[in-house]
Amino acid sequence: MSVVAIKDVTKRFEETTALQSIDLEIEPGEFVSLIGPSGCGKSTLLRIIGDLIEPTSGTAAVNGKPARQARIDRDYGIVFQDAVLYDWRTVAKNIALPLELAGWDRGRRTAKVKEMLELVELSGFESHYPWQLSGGMQQRVSIARALSFDPALLLMDEPFGALDEMTRERLNMELLQIWEASGSTVVFVTHSIAEAVFLSTRVVVMSPRPGRISNVIPIDLPQPRTATTREEPRFFELVTEVREALHLGHDLERAPA
Amino acid sequence: MSTTPAAVQPVPRGGMTRLVGRRLVDWLPAVVVLVGVIALWEGLIRALDVQAFLLPKPSEISRTLWDTRHELWAAGWFTFQEALGGFLLGSGLAILVALVLARWRILGAAFLPFAIAANAIPIIAFAPITNTWFSPLNKSSKIVIAAILCFFPVLVNTLRGLTSVNPRALELMHSYAAGETEIFRRVRIPTALPFIFTGLKVATVLAMIGAVVGEYFGGALNALGVLILTRARVFQFDEAWAGIVVACLMGLVLYLGVVALERATLRWVPSTSE
Repeated sequence: MSVVAIKDVTKRFEETTALQSIDLEIEPGEFVSLIGPSGCGKSTLLRIIGDLIEPTSGTAAVNGKPARQARIDRDYGIVFQDAVLYDWRTVAKNIALPLELAGWDRGRRTAKVKEMLELVELSGFESHYPWQLSGGMQQRVSIARALSFDPALLLMDEPFGALDEMTRERLNMELLQIWEASGSTVVFVTHSIAEAVFLSTRVVVMSPRPGRISNVIPIDLPQPRTATTREEPRFFELVTEVREALHLGHDLERAPA
Repeated sequence: MSTTPAAVQPVPRGGMTRLVGRRLVDWLPAVVVLVGVIALWEGLIRALDVQAFLLPKPSEISRTLWDTRHELWAAGWFTFQEALGGFLLGSGLAILVALVLARWRILGAAFLPFAIAANAIPIIAFAPITNTWFSPLNKSSKIVIAAILCFFPVLVNTLRGLTSVNPRALELMHSYAAGETEIFRRVRIPTALPFIFTGLKVATVLAMIGAVVGEYFGGALNALGVLILTRARVFQFDEAWAGIVVACLMGLVLYLGVVALERATLRWVPSTSE
């Protein structure tokens, strides 16, 4: 059973067609990146999977259920570009928020928060407030929060877009380790070709006006990815392939109708 | 992967230092200005031989303050109770109404324009009216005008706080399938707290104005506003000024009370210095 099944999804915002006839299936354990220029609807597609936006037509299913039911069942965790930590909560309490909402008792929450802090390597920071952390650390807290209730699916909306290149590469490595350790499925929205190729098992290339899937490129780089993955010839070939697919989408848009 | 905590800023100073906000050294410039202004005032009046009915010397005012301290204290306490009562009543109601208006948007759309308009009018002009609703001798008449004065700024600020939540923070709560009540409790109200305190600080000043000016339009003999008014009428300006000083001190006490509450509540804010 697919973790995500998008069937013929179209989304219109008043006059603009944000997404046009999208079909996409994502299998358990996949790491799928959505890449494309601004306005191609990749964030909208992510939000439709998460039932934060309703499609105008078509259906979105998560874990074989309608997206709404999956949201109510807390089947996915989400990470945004900003960490969106609650300033008035400590690191530990931010991570525990979804657990509180799910009605976990204090003992279970504390144990889980400890485990998550170890996962994102922030042990010792539980009583810090968000403003006391760097941007990269805040984003790690936000990932820990998204994974705290063991969702089958992790939705990430340009999570490292606001970070500097070095922090971004380090968090890419950490995210892959977390992905392997947790066994969850990831849908990852990004602007960065290199990031998409390095992280993913599949790259979905999108193009704008109207937003649609123009290409799907399987990434056959060996697992687990390491620091040297970025230096392999195959990595560069795939980066080129994605770049060309992106430009092709762009040219299609310019071609006379 | 190693994480170095070195980049982390120090934990904020705790306890009393935080409540007081600054070290004594930080207050030094302000103290110098205060002493300087009082010295200049005293010096200018002596040098220019200004008549006492125009402006008494600070030394005379402080002597009067001391000589009539029992009477002033009683009057100040009476008026302070009115201001505090009005502040609590008006601000409390305002916060409740703001919660209702933010929870049901249609109500907010219907009432908010009037709240904003009311915030811009000189409500103190109604003081003679509240004096006739209740007996002017009764504390209630001043509590009501102070409460009305406090109500609108607290309402408008609280509403602004409750509705200025980061849209991502709301999406996050929706992703956890959280209901409206949970969102209010865990996101909207904490977000609104700094705004609420801003409103409350404005309200402390208005509460004192409401009580004192309300008494100018008629009040009990042992009220501070009445004391200032009657002394000024019979040219006992040093006593009138002493009353004004007491009113200022009462206002400051109320204000600092709110600031202390704010510092104790908003512990997560890196700096709440004014």
